[in-house]
Amino acid sequence: MASNSSGGGSSDRQRIAQQRLRIIAGHLQGPVDGDSAILAAECKAQGSKTDVCREGKTVPRRRQEIMKWNGWGYSDSKFLFNKKGQAEFTGKRYRLSGMIIPGLKDWMEGTFGANLQHKTPATPLLTSSAVQPATLNKAFLEELKSTGIPFSHDAEDRVFRAHGHCLHEIFALREGKFGRVPDMVVWPNCHNDVVKIVELACKHNVCVIPYGGGTSVSSALECPPEETRSIVSLDTSQMNRILWIDEKNLTAHVEAGIVGQDLERLLNESGYCTGHEPDSMEFSSLGGWVATRASGMKKNIYGNIEDLVIHIRMVTPRGVIEKSCQGPRMSTGPDIHHFIMGSEGTLGVVTEVTMKIRPMPEYQKYGSVVFPNFEQGVACLREVAKQRCAPASIRLMDNEQFKFGHALKPQVSSIFTSFLDGLKTFYITKFKGFDPNRLCVATLLFEGDREKVLQHEKQVYDIAAKFGGLAAGEDNGQRGYMLTFVIAYLRDLGMDYYVIGESFETSVPWDRVLDICRNVKARIIQECKDKGVQFPPLSTCRVTQTYDTGACVYFYFAFNYRGLSDPVHVYEQVEHAAREEILANGGSLSHHHGVGKLRKEWMRDTVSNVGVGMLKSVKDYVDPDNIFGNRNLL
Amino acid sequence: MTETYRDSGRAGLEDEEEFVDILGERRRSSDIGFSLRTFSPHPYRGALSCSTADLNNAVLESQYLRYMAKEISMETGSSVEEVREDARGILEEMSQNLQLGFIRLMAYVLSKVLKRLFSSVLVNMEGLNALQQAVQESPVILMPNHRSYIDFLAISYIMFSYDIPVPVIAAGIPLAGMKLVGEILRRSGAFFIRRAIGSDKLYWAVLSEYVKTIVRRGFAPVEFYVEGLRSRTLKSLTPKLGMMHMVLEPYFKGEVYDITLVPISISYDRVLEESLLAHELLGIPKPKESTTGLLKASKVLQEDYGSMHVNFGRPLSVRQLCEGRINRGQYNLVPRDLPQKPSEEAQACVSWLAHLMVRVQEEGSLISPWSLMACLLLQAPATVLSEEGLLWHQLTEKTLWLRKLALDFGARLNWPGHVPDLDVISSTMAIHRSVVHRKAGRVFLVQEDEPARKHPVSPEEGVAKMAAAMLMLASYRNQSVHVFLRPAMLATAVRITKSTQRDELFAFFCFLQDVFSNEFIFIPGKSSQDFEEACFLLKKCGAVHVSQQEVTASAAGLEVLSFLQGLLQPFIDSYQVMFRYLCEDAVHVFSEKQFHPAVRNLATNLILSGELHTYEALSSDMQKNVLSALRRLETVTKLRASEQNEHKVDQAAVRRIGDVLSGKIPPQMLQTPPDARL
Repeated sequence: MASNSSGGGSSDRQRIAQQRLRIIAGHLQGPVDGDSAILAAECKAQGSKTDVCREGKTVPRRRQEIMKWNGWGYSDSKFLFNKKGQAEFTGKRYRLSGMIIPGLKDWMEGTFGANLQHKTPATPLLTSSAVQPATLNKAFLEELKSTGIPFSHDAEDRVFRAHGHCLHEIFALREGKFGRVPDMVVWPNCHNDVVKIVELACKHNVCVIPYGGGTSVSSALECPPEETRSIVSLDTSQMNRILWIDEKNLTAHVEAGIVGQDLERLLNESGYCTGHEPDSMEFSSLGGWVATRASGMKKNIYGNIEDLVIHIRMVTPRGVIEKSCQGPRMSTGPDIHHFIMGSEGTLGVVTEVTMKIRPMPEYQKYGSVVFPNFEQGVACLREVAKQRCAPASIRLMDNEQFKFGHALKPQVSSIFTSFLDGLKTFYITKFKGFDPNRLCVATLLFEGDREKVLQHEKQVYDIAAKFGGLAAGEDNGQRGYMLTFVIAYLRDLGMDYYVIGESFETSVPWDRVLDICRNVKARIIQECKDKGVQFPPLSTCRVTQTYDTGACVYFYFAFNYRGLSDPVHVYEQVEHAAREEILANGGSLSHHHGVGKLRKEWMRDTVSNVGVGMLKSVKDYVDPDNIFGNRNLL
Repeated sequence: MTETYRDSGRAGLEDEEEFVDILGERRRSSDIGFSLRTFSPHPYRGALSCSTADLNNAVLESQYLRYMAKEISMETGSSVEEVREDARGILEEMSQNLQLGFIRLMAYVLSKVLKRLFSSVLVNMEGLNALQQAVQESPVILMPNHRSYIDFLAISYIMFSYDIPVPVIAAGIPLAGMKLVGEILRRSGAFFIRRAIGSDKLYWAVLSEYVKTIVRRGFAPVEFYVEGLRSRTLKSLTPKLGMMHMVLEPYFKGEVYDITLVPISISYDRVLEESLLAHELLGIPKPKESTTGLLKASKVLQEDYGSMHVNFGRPLSVRQLCEGRINRGQYNLVPRDLPQKPSEEAQACVSWLAHLMVRVQEEGSLISPWSLMACLLLQAPATVLSEEGLLWHQLTEKTLWLRKLALDFGARLNWPGHVPDLDVISSTMAIHRSVVHRKAGRVFLVQEDEPARKHPVSPEEGVAKMAAAMLMLASYRNQSVHVFLRPAMLATAVRITKSTQRDELFAFFCFLQDVFSNEFIFIPGKSSQDFEEACFLLKKCGAVHVSQQEVTASAAGLEVLSFLQGLLQPFIDSYQVMFRYLCEDAVHVFSEKQFHPAVRNLATNLILSGELHTYEALSSDMQKNVLSALRRLETVTKLRASEQNEHKVDQAAVRRIGDVLSGKIPPQMLQTPPDARL
């Protein structure tokens, strides 16, 4: 697989081996904390194919063993400036791992006015004493113990599940500040465990917040500070098996806690894939995708989550909701799946999902096209959408992002490559007359059988040529996609040097794409100025998905906060204004990140009073006592 | 740029602005050299240059015009191609053809003309610098007031001098009809709009798409007169909303990030057309715009018109102004390039902005000493002005007193500080010797003397002769009337209601705003701020005491109050005359054609009988305003079926308004919904 799953098989194997060691060591050690008895209890195998080895799984119960507690991703992978002042990316997991990135320092200094002398290091260790003591519901705890389902009220475990990856959440962690955190964490192993937990929660009036991959960027995982009941974080990460694969109908029945990379890897072993690849797929879970209406970068071939899902099982306070058959389409009133998809953990826990699968593609090819300006690029994407010939993925970055991508080019080993690069630049800017401060680039990913891919590729490049686009090679394309996986790591680097930022997205009709991009970017710049930000911000966007009638647009926004007393507040004000601008320009509240608590003030305007009423009445019926009390959405 | 001019008349205000005489340089160096200067403006950074053909093509090919063509062809039965052909014709008639060569020609000619006419053309550099910045940041709309033909191109001339992109200018179609000149104007950036568009759907469609395309592309600023036309009375006109809506819509619909409005106040010491205007107001039609007419008018070049001030206002962001006034999301559900009736919210927002712009223009205009003198002269009895003469020293003393009051009220005065006050007044009188002259320590009004009279002057002719001079004076008073207006309304309320109660005064104040909102510019929905402002200013100059509940005249304030009441009196009296006419038994249904001469007759008789002391009821402008006001208040209604533009009067209602205005009955609220015509 492409760029996410590291440079080659060897490091993969190495990693799995290390993990196995760790797990074995864990077994030997026994319970880490006397209070938090972690009990192993096997669920009964429910499907026929439970032979997939557990050790191949990415996410351990104690996430802190491999992941950062106050930043993105794996503990071993991060950007830093080495002693020579050059940027490098540590670890062995990614293509970029272990490489020097010579352009990054200049880019950071030039773009943000950041300075390597001015550091803002994070609090290195989690101080458990700073975490609020757990409010435990004794009766619930007693009965839970009797079920044998593992749980913990260790501070680290709780803090880990109290946040997603919004800027304010990570910023607070880096400063060692914790608000309301869950009082305990439970790790069900299977659907039945979840049924038991939810029954007990209802019985003892305990608040349950489902936790999947923890990659939320909508404040969905934040515990409502006003919640007085004991809060239980229901971590689905151990429900991570593929229960069966149906090769006749091409479906797979999967436990909802599985994370994207495991799902793909395990299916790949059988020669299949789902093709669902959200940018967060290393860590985000199947249940999370369903609960937020996720979208994957290759949706043009495989569809978004709502197109992929055949059957869903969800445990609610009222009982289990599911359909009785797996017909590919039904006319049976409103589709109950659509109450579940996007419910953001307010109705129950998704435990098992039957998904479409496809044979793995025979051939994959990256590509890229340079356009003289963003307008031309958008026109080209629109034409591609019109002709319905979009490749698996097509993304258009604006000029700022193109430069950003350029800054992330790793050090080239041979003089010849750098010579070629120089030649390419010369050709595009001097010979073709592209203005380096206006040109933009589209990255492409084709998939399918070889012949068709090549044919498809030609069709797309022909369209691009009509809009002044020049093919710019596979390498640029591939690097573009790699960027999506490392960009979250880059934010952590920025935060070490006074730079904070975030991305947010929307979907918008075609005729408004250019207007919304221009206006939102300009609004961000103006708001920063008005709010006293001392340095010009980075305000950039890209078009990441095309549809028949519109597109998904992603905005990146970051600034140097030196000189501000409350940078997070400023950041939030600017993001709020940017969202207002999006809505005023005909953009949606969210394309795939969801609403959470961050965007719920706009729900009423978005779906109308009656719409909110409908959703509310569903909530009232399904969960009258607000057991699933994360207060997202409504 | 050497001769800087500090108008120390505004010394009382904190921001002393620097005006530069742009003719100074012109008088020293060659005009040819100037017109051939390197012109390198920085246009709006997002804009690509755009040729006339490109622009016209974009307009014709727009989704909006295609849709409209289809719709109109369905309605009229003609083919879509025919309609599109018509659209092309309209566009050809309309479109500008801005060319640098012609700008240079214009720069050359205007240098000559301006130097001949004016002693100086003063421009505030601060505003110009801000504009220079603004044009780079977003599409800019230049919004000058319109007081003289010479306004036209004056802005372009200044832009050319300071390397700012030359605007495209909305002009009335009669200008296009002028031989040669029309074409020169077109090539200097003018585009031409028909006067009475009425319900011509295609014309509206072409015009609005044309204007919006220019704004969206932002390759040149758009200049237009929000007042719609040249003010014959030198008083601001109620803004026209059609054009305003067109330039704002690209922002409402998110097609541009922001639009910058730049109000520009042009003020003249003496207006070229002064006597023409006065005659026009008395019903003598203005000469048709023609090239020969223009050449004949060249005799105006012989006279001295003092100086011209062009004050560029602070650039205003539409985005900021409209915050909370417009929900841009309202355009989300219908394709933006389909015709859509503007929502009430949008209409109200446009109207508010348009009124605001006119108010800013007013506040930015420079008040000349002459205007202050005109205020005072108009308060002297007509016979004094025509026969006995007004004592010179009285006039000068009073003028200096009024100068102080005007400064207290925040006016921008054009009063040179380095010259003795008496000299200022004398030289101002000299410029206006066609209106007043000084003999033996007294000041007289100059009345036109027609050569070779065969018969003695009839009393009616006598009135007409006085009227021309009086209306000229009134026009110059109008240049500063906005400075005193709000306090004057409060002073009038105090006199007429004889009350000291704030709420009663406020009710009458609102009533006056209601009656006079076609006469003066009031920003919709701002009555209470206007009232507060009036209280504040009167208190500031010591004319009243203000408490929570009461506003009481102070003993020392008599002079101020009576001056202010006197300022508004001609308006009240004239309105009453017209109300009186409309309440006559014979007048239930009347046409506009009858109305003007009939009111003129009545007013003439009343003047002769000594009952009416103002000549302003004779002004066709005021007559029109009364009709508009009454129509707005729904006491006069236009008969739909009528071809002669006939109106029906609700005499009882008119009488009621008259009675409130004279204080016989207290004001019942005559509030009408905000004026939001398009």
